[in-house]
Amino acid sequence: MEKVKISIRNLHKSFGKKRVLTGVDLDINAGESLVVIGGSGTGKSVLIKCIQGLLTPDDGSIKIDNQEVVGLGLSQQKKFHDKMGMLFQGGALFDSLSVWENVAFSLLENKKTPREKAKVEAIRVLRQVGLTPDVADLSPSELSGGMQKRVGLARAIITKPEIIFFDEPTTGLDPIMADVINDLIVESAKGLGATTLTITHDLASARKIADKVAMLYQGKIIWQGTVKEMDKTENPYVRQFINGSSQGPIKVEV
Amino acid sequence: MKKHQVEHFLRKLGKPLVKFIISLGELTLFIVKALYHCFTPPFYVKNFIKQLLEMGFYSLPVVGLTTIFAGMVIALQSYSGFARFGAESAVASVVLISVTRELAPVLSALMVAGRVGAAMAAEIGTMRVTEQIDALVTLSTNPFKYLIAPRLWSGVIVLPILVLIGDIIGIFGGYVVGVYKLGFNPANYINSTLQNMESIDIVSGLVKAAVFGFIVALMGCYNGYRSKGGAQGVGQATTNAVVSASILVLIFNYVLTEIFFSK
Repeated sequence: MEKVKISIRNLHKSFGKKRVLTGVDLDINAGESLVVIGGSGTGKSVLIKCIQGLLTPDDGSIKIDNQEVVGLGLSQQKKFHDKMGMLFQGGALFDSLSVWENVAFSLLENKKTPREKAKVEAIRVLRQVGLTPDVADLSPSELSGGMQKRVGLARAIITKPEIIFFDEPTTGLDPIMADVINDLIVESAKGLGATTLTITHDLASARKIADKVAMLYQGKIIWQGTVKEMDKTENPYVRQFINGSSQGPIKVEV
Repeated sequence: MKKHQVEHFLRKLGKPLVKFIISLGELTLFIVKALYHCFTPPFYVKNFIKQLLEMGFYSLPVVGLTTIFAGMVIALQSYSGFARFGAESAVASVVLISVTRELAPVLSALMVAGRVGAAMAAEIGTMRVTEQIDALVTLSTNPFKYLIAPRLWSGVIVLPILVLIGDIIGIFGGYVVGVYKLGFNPANYINSTLQNMESIDIVSGLVKAAVFGFIVALMGCYNGYRSKGGAQGVGQATTNAVVSASILVLIFNYVLTEIFFSK
């Protein structure tokens, strides 16, 4: 049997009266790429933020490498953050720092690597994501959206994390750039042998990245399987989502 | 009054009260957490020095202009006012006392609240809504240590230095008006300033400045850190930071004066 890297049981999270997650059960095997699909506002981001400890769930359990992470303080979480990387939807690059300082942030601040060495390493990883060394000294605001995503990816993988999270990696990019980013995600995850969790509503991206797909609807995982199974499934919710139809069991709240 | 009317009235009274108590509790928790991280490593010295420059060095022109005019106007006002009972000679000591005890610390703090407190709230608020603070956490960096502790430290250290410089400039402003407009003898003016100077005047002003510096930085960080909802939220946070810092500075100014000078 494969080793389970992240195991989520009965996860609940509400904001005021709005119940966002209502009992999520999900397992992610080591080295596997899981893509969670679902409409806007179904709690995909909340799920990732709970796993990372950025939000505290109301109820339920999240285990990483068989260790409970719910309820840990910031200093205990650090141990887990050291093995995780995250690519944020908007990049979330620090605009007070240059591109290479962003990429090398963990090396500079946590591992106390000397600046020259950190810069060399940052430029190496920037090349790996297809950026030339001359962007290293620019400020993040001088880059295009696609380039910012690449820098965000470089920042997420420079510490060779065991787990990488991708929050809507292709949103806001043109189809070609989106495909380039998808390739980079697959390449870097396979290269590192990392376990990845991606949330997206871009099916082209899901098909390319995923070993397994799970669909989140009304706060629960209602279906999961491989990409092939996704295309064949009779599940009306999944069918409606992949066909992009307004008719079906999923009602859009206007 | 009927029963449901009473209930309605109480509800109207209670809701804002509960809200106020909740936000007071949130602020207290924030302060405790921030202070804890101010005194525990790791310390981000580079961020601290950057804040020192931003808060201190670049505030010098504003503080200088504010205090010089404050000193000048006090000289002018006290001269014309004291002429009523023939006490014009007290101008030098009035300038000294009012500048060092009150005007330099309070006016500098208000100017710094507008200049730096607002910028802090806007910067941290933008980092919050663009997920940069979440990114810090995922990169194993505590935002309280990385963002907030350096700002609080620099607030406490920088404002007394600014006020000390403001003291000198403000007294000089009084001197300029006293000597060149009101016709005091320069040597006499300086002598009477020095003779009347007591350490409590300066010290109380500097202690006030340290407290005000903490308040300004705290309000900037607190409002920025909890801002939400995009550009509008950041704008709201900035306004709140300046308004709350200014009001708190004036309240604490009275409290500290009471502690120092009422016997």
